[in-house]
Amino acid sequence: MEVTGSELSTTAIGLKTKIRDMFSMLPIMGWLFGALIAVILEQIVGTPLAIALGLPKIPALFGFLIMLKKPMLVPSTMLYVLLIFILPIGIVARLSFAAANRLAERLINFSMPGSVFVHLVVLYAIFHIWAGISDYRLLTLKFTLIAIMVTVSLNVINGYLGEFSCSHPGFMALGAYTASVFSVSLFVNDSMFGHALIPSFLGPFLFPIGLILGGCVAALGALIVAIPSFRTRGDYLAIISLAFMFIIKSLIENLEFVGGPRGLSSQPDWANLPTVFVWTVVCIWVINNFVRSTLGKALNAIRDEETAANAMTVNTKRTKVVAFMFAAFWAGVAGGLFAHVLGYVNPATFSIQKLAEVLAMVYFGGLNSVYGSIVGAVSLSLLGEALRPLELFKWIAIPLLLILVMIYRPTGLIAFKEFNVKKLIQPKKKKGKEV
Amino acid sequence: MSLLQIEKMTHYFGGLRAVHNYNLRIEPGQIRGLIGPNGAGKTTVFNLITGIHQPTEGSIQLGDENLVGLHPHQIASAGLGRTFQNLLLWRHMNVLEHVIMAQYSKMTYGLAGAFFGTAKRKRQEAEAEEKAYGLLKLVGISDLAHENVLNLPYGAQRRVEMARALGVEPKILFLDEPTAGMNPEELIQMMEIIRQVHKEFGLAIFLIEHRLKLVMELCQEIQTLVFGEVIAEGTPEEIQNNPKVIDAYLGKEAID
Repeated sequence: MEVTGSELSTTAIGLKTKIRDMFSMLPIMGWLFGALIAVILEQIVGTPLAIALGLPKIPALFGFLIMLKKPMLVPSTMLYVLLIFILPIGIVARLSFAAANRLAERLINFSMPGSVFVHLVVLYAIFHIWAGISDYRLLTLKFTLIAIMVTVSLNVINGYLGEFSCSHPGFMALGAYTASVFSVSLFVNDSMFGHALIPSFLGPFLFPIGLILGGCVAALGALIVAIPSFRTRGDYLAIISLAFMFIIKSLIENLEFVGGPRGLSSQPDWANLPTVFVWTVVCIWVINNFVRSTLGKALNAIRDEETAANAMTVNTKRTKVVAFMFAAFWAGVAGGLFAHVLGYVNPATFSIQKLAEVLAMVYFGGLNSVYGSIVGAVSLSLLGEALRPLELFKWIAIPLLLILVMIYRPTGLIAFKEFNVKKLIQPKKKKGKEV
Repeated sequence: MSLLQIEKMTHYFGGLRAVHNYNLRIEPGQIRGLIGPNGAGKTTVFNLITGIHQPTEGSIQLGDENLVGLHPHQIASAGLGRTFQNLLLWRHMNVLEHVIMAQYSKMTYGLAGAFFGTAKRKRQEAEAEEKAYGLLKLVGISDLAHENVLNLPYGAQRRVEMARALGVEPKILFLDEPTAGMNPEELIQMMEIIRQVHKEFGLAIFLIEHRLKLVMELCQEIQTLVFGEVIAEGTPEEIQNNPKVIDAYLGKEAID
């Protein structure tokens, strides 16, 4: 009995490693191909298949919503997900791995930025086709991308610099309102700001200016938190940053020309998927560049041992100001996009709930890691949407999950890992044991 | 003209006089020692010179630059490298990153370079890395370049600090108890490294040490600090036989 048991387990382990080896040699390009085929497949046969399986419509978020609402439909939803996503992605990725590897190698030899560009184009195509199925998907995707921006930028302060900053919703609010005022006052006939000053067809081209403006205002606001950080750290700075968030909120509530507590609406619909996607990519790229430079690693030096950093020629004050303003800038840009995706913004959005959300994403994903922040933002955004049918219980399920992560991985899922784009997109070695 | 010139430096912590009327001249290439019993104010002297504390009175000159009132990072950039008594390493960084970080002030690529990864940044980072490897080789830990500092044995951590201090391209190196907590074997190795560094760069070195063996062997001149005041100054032999020094270390009866 014992012998067969152990034999069984060794074959099971053998199978597991075999599968792992099989998939570990698939380059990212292969997965992208698989996903592309899957979303195209859904576009073509999604509706008939959903009807054939007795589903009301194409499952919007991989069937989570349907399964939680109508447990009777669980088998057919799972079958749908299996047929449309899991099998095609797995099979295509497996079958195309030689071709994908060759392509990845050729691209990376040709030029690194070119290779990144091709990967991003394929990724965008996947997003575009996937989100084309329903408005709900589109909205979820946009919010997820914005959540990535906010999380990665907050990680600069809370992870890389090691301060516990609670002011990020405040920065988002500054960016959201600045960008909104920019676009509503200049391009829209609005009861609050009067006639449009610039013809609205120019709007989408000038929109980046509005976003950057929003980012800059947020960065200026960040000075209010950055300057106390010269003299105080840890809990005290956390309180200051929390105060900052509430100051911004009540400031906006009392500014009548932006609508006070009622909020500001009629933002034009410029934050389409390509815009949000491009901004997210730029945000990740710039932040990743920064944290990998010596100037960016100085944040880590300050976090770990400020006295030593100072004695090793690191200008700690300047570094702190840069970190806060830089992170706030991206939070501001994300806020501007957020306002335009929603077409409406009010001060209550940027409150303690938002703060909890963003902090959860950062700490769930992992400190000091761009990679972790992306994972954290995506998983918690999607989870938040997927568990929506649970209503109140959602706010028990997600925190519980967070607690579990904190018990087993106190610094988050993927902490202290460098986000190395080159490693990500390079072809995988045949052995599957590539270091 | 002296490399480092300190005149009448005095410092109070509240009402407590930590350092009083401290004078020092270090010539280029000289190795100086600072000894004294626990709590004599040795580390305070270091912290005053390196800008962590500001002296209440007195002047500090490095070359022709006045150091009083400057920030620690400015003083370091002016050419003062230091190590710390209780190893202030950055716990999430590897050895190589430590030595590159010390070259922070040489990175002139600015924020544009940091954000967008310009060619200038790539060149300067590569130069810094190469130089860091050289320094690690000098202190004998180039094979540990990619280890996290926390995984290193104590002696190697001390060497990391030494390489890091050299990364700032100092004209003068401050060593705060470089052999604290070391066993005799590590002590000999560290002395060898200090000698080598001194020879290689022709550096002036100013060190605090408890182990008289090291001070006596390395230093050309020694100061003895007791209760914030220099009670004796001279060559190792003079210091060794100075009754005041023996008194401070061992008590009055030892003299009798």
